[in-house]
Amino acid sequence: MPLLVRWYIKAALIYLVLGLCVGILLALPGASQTSGLFPTYLHILTFGWLTQLIFGVAIWMFPKYSRERPRGYDWLGWATFIFLNLGLILRVIFEALSLSAPSPLTAGGLIASALFQWLAGVAFVINTWKRVKEK
Amino acid sequence: MPRLSVFFVRAALIYLLLAFTFGGLLLVNKGIMISARIWALLPLHMEFAFVGWMFQLAMGVAFWILPRFSSSPTPRGNEDWSWAAFILVNIGIAFIVLQVLLEEQWLFLAGRGIELLGLFAFAIGNWKRVKPFGA
Repeated sequence: MPLLVRWYIKAALIYLVLGLCVGILLALPGASQTSGLFPTYLHILTFGWLTQLIFGVAIWMFPKYSRERPRGYDWLGWATFIFLNLGLILRVIFEALSLSAPSPLTAGGLIASALFQWLAGVAFVINTWKRVKEK
Repeated sequence: MPRLSVFFVRAALIYLLLAFTFGGLLLVNKGIMISARIWALLPLHMEFAFVGWMFQLAMGVAFWILPRFSSSPTPRGNEDWSWAAFILVNIGIAFIVLQVLLEEQWLFLAGRGIELLGLFAFAIGNWKRVKPFGA
């Protein structure tokens, strides 16, 4: 399994555990104060765990891009990984902070998070599109 | 990768981009309120992320890698069922989009019903491929 794929899958596993921990936090008695974290919880699981796992396995197993570059452009794969995780970490931090103390800083953090997550999707699609091909 | 899987996975990638774009707009709107109308994108963000991206990717990859009938002229069984699934799921998504645009509740029910028929068709078409090696 290539190094990049191992990073994707191990990061996905970390988000799975983190997501389940946040799920417990949301289920605790008196959790109404943290109920605003539900979107964060959903995105940790669907984006950090599921989508990241899919990205990693797709980079690993989809048909080869070419003999010279079997997984397309490696730098795009790494860029996707960095954008995805940077975006999600910013979201976790600033979505929580914006619940208790919304400020221009939290607004900026959420906007940066949105941009990084969107860039992750664009980079993944660019690098994967040509690998989705008939044999 | 068979042609139908190429259709499924490329459609999934297009919905991934749409889901990320709408999700990004929603998150930016959470940081700085641009317009309350942007919240209307939430059902489409969820529809594109779950049905458009994840369901279709799962079906495309399953159609590709599930065991085949090696001695049959149709190694993936009757492909018509799976083609029907692809068409029905995407028509269903279109109905959900129309429901959000036109605010007609029956379009939501019709869309979900058509998607359900698509998933049934996929299950019927691939049921017998879930088998031990050599069977």
